[in-house]
Amino acid sequence: MAFINGIGIISPQKTVESKEFPAAVMEYTADYLKCIEPVYRSYIDPIQSRRMSRLIKMGITAAKISLADAACRMPDAIITGTGLGSVEDTEKILGEITKEERFLNPTPFIQSTYNTISSQVAINLKCHNYNSTYVHRTFSFESGLTDALMLMEEGMASDVLVGAIDEMTLNHLQITRRIGQWKMEPVNNLQLLDYGTPGALAGEGAAFFLLGAEKSLSTYAQVKGVKTSFNLNGSFKPSTILPSFLDMNDLTTKDIDLVLLGLNGDSENDPVYLQFANHFFPGKPLGWYKHLCGEYHTATGFGLYAAANILKHQHYPEVLQLNTINPSRLKNILIYNHYRNVNHSMILIQACS
Amino acid sequence: MAQRIFVTGTGIISCLGNNLRENLTSLLDSKSGIGRIHHIDTLLKEELLVGEVPLSQEELFTLAHIVPAEGYSRNALLGIIAAKEAGAHAGLTEHRELKTGLISATTVGGMDQCELYYLDFLTNDTRNAYIDSYDSGESTEKIASALGISDFITTISTACSSAANALMLGARMIRTGRLDRVLAGGCESLTKFHLNGFNALKILDKEPSKPFDERRAGINLGEGAAYLVLESEESMKKTGNQPLCELIGWGNACEAFHQTASSPEGTGAYLAIKKALEISGLHPEDIDYINAHGTGTDNNDLSEGKAIEKLFGERVPYISSTKPFTGHTTSAAGSTEAILSILCLQHQVIWPNLNFEIPIGELHFSPVKNLITDQLVNIVMSNSFGFGGNDTSLIFRKVY
Repeated sequence: MAFINGIGIISPQKTVESKEFPAAVMEYTADYLKCIEPVYRSYIDPIQSRRMSRLIKMGITAAKISLADAACRMPDAIITGTGLGSVEDTEKILGEITKEERFLNPTPFIQSTYNTISSQVAINLKCHNYNSTYVHRTFSFESGLTDALMLMEEGMASDVLVGAIDEMTLNHLQITRRIGQWKMEPVNNLQLLDYGTPGALAGEGAAFFLLGAEKSLSTYAQVKGVKTSFNLNGSFKPSTILPSFLDMNDLTTKDIDLVLLGLNGDSENDPVYLQFANHFFPGKPLGWYKHLCGEYHTATGFGLYAAANILKHQHYPEVLQLNTINPSRLKNILIYNHYRNVNHSMILIQACS
Repeated sequence: MAQRIFVTGTGIISCLGNNLRENLTSLLDSKSGIGRIHHIDTLLKEELLVGEVPLSQEELFTLAHIVPAEGYSRNALLGIIAAKEAGAHAGLTEHRELKTGLISATTVGGMDQCELYYLDFLTNDTRNAYIDSYDSGESTEKIASALGISDFITTISTACSSAANALMLGARMIRTGRLDRVLAGGCESLTKFHLNGFNALKILDKEPSKPFDERRAGINLGEGAAYLVLESEESMKKTGNQPLCELIGWGNACEAFHQTASSPEGTGAYLAIKKALEISGLHPEDIDYINAHGTGTDNNDLSEGKAIEKLFGERVPYISSTKPFTGHTTSAAGSTEAILSILCLQHQVIWPNLNFEIPIGELHFSPVKNLITDQLVNIVMSNSFGFGGNDTSLIFRKVY
């Protein structure tokens, strides 16, 4: 269990310029949802940032915003989750070695290394504490959260910075379209569920959370538990995983006031969410968020940002509502996500009374 | 009292051999696996020395007992081979009632195939089976599928300390009661991608690497995979496994100095070692042998040496870098060297630091030059430090 004491998030929504939740909803008709980037000068020394690629700037900035939000100067640990790291840098190298092997500029190689963001944040803060990076598809951020919760249980840390960072590029969109991940044409994000076609709407984002062992004046909510489950040859059984996960947190499905689903517009994957919701949560309020941030490996970072704000402000914005059922209270939110029905994850978050 | 963490299985493939026994034989013969590149079509072929696993993709499929199919990276195959050996050793496919996890480490994932087919990815559909290898989760999921592990899986990437962090996370997950047993380690295949990357950083030695030598000139990269099975005491009662040793200490710290360089005084290394000692409840003088990170770069060896001197004073234990044997297997280095360290406990030997001649002027200690046998070795330390200053140290103890 940990308190969310600070959040910093760069997303396709106006999440930096506005502390309101949700800020004026951004509507796009696009191949993928691109982040609205802040003016980095306010966060990173321009001399340092000149050589930094985009994802690194986004990561450091979101980390700094979350620390300021929590009024924390020095976290006891820095943990990041990223499915792909800096795609821009990886592509630069691949472009060069497939053309004319020898490249002389080592900067893209250094920046393509997945742990660059967590170490750059550490360098920026001069933070010598625990530092790690998880790079496992849609388990990346959830693994980081799990690690953070363990550090607190072990008494090794009380303030842990956890990030969820991924970017999309046109090249990568084109490549992963070949294996059916994305819609083949630009779509409107606010009408994402109306298309009924295969493929998701891609997105990106950088979300950092300052998790604390103690509640503070800035606390949004508390993370109760995190569970990931790898569907090995169709062995994943929500019927056993969900009840035992809730039970571990002394809850049952009845206690869940709102379920945030990872629906992403993919007609082949979305039914998995609806079956799950219909089976366990009939008649319950269901919400979604990926029409605001797009789909990416660490999109649950946006989901956690949304859930934390719903609980803090005790307000469930219409743009997130999937059905018309209103929650009678806003105490427990379950964030359920899956990737290709292989990587299933759940995050349980609770309001602080 | 906190759960104790035991190692009950090991599996390894490196340029020294395809399994634990072959690796041990090469080590006992003081025979390095460093040589020329044969399996990558690179302009650097004639220039660099590496620790390459001398097997083709087809041979790796055979060794992994997998019917050749599209979509497998060399990285995943190396991982499956070592993971299966460790799994078989500890009966991992039995006792399904135990909560079992896989924590794997990699730096460039399935880049070995992606770099071959990247132009196809951009222009046509012929190599779509390899697109999933672009991310680091793919090899881990292939290993999990090959061994039937589903309770918890994840992938860590903290550059060259990745596999040490995988072992550390595995131990912590057992200790906090989340898992009963964990297969943890790392795999890394040589790629044009990181050969060129390290080459651009000008930290590769064109000759056999010479860690802790005044004339050291850089790294020889290597490839391979190594996995360990970690179990709780309760789990061992059910599996009936005998412990190979106990994992008693782990420490992770960050240099927070520079993206690719260690601080001159080795702050991150010092803190990681200190934390590992604290967790283990040991004093520096209890350590019998340090398997150093010892990459052979000017920067690492001096910085690591300074950190060790700061902690151990004038009584630096036996120390060596085994990278002149295996090459620097980057993300697999932490688990490769953990296994090599455990072999010291099992066989009461200390591995030599090959190619060492002249001590570093600024340091007061020298690494072990020749194989030491019949040596009482109870406790070993294995260091792994990575780009970004991600430093991790592990401590293993012999079980009587």
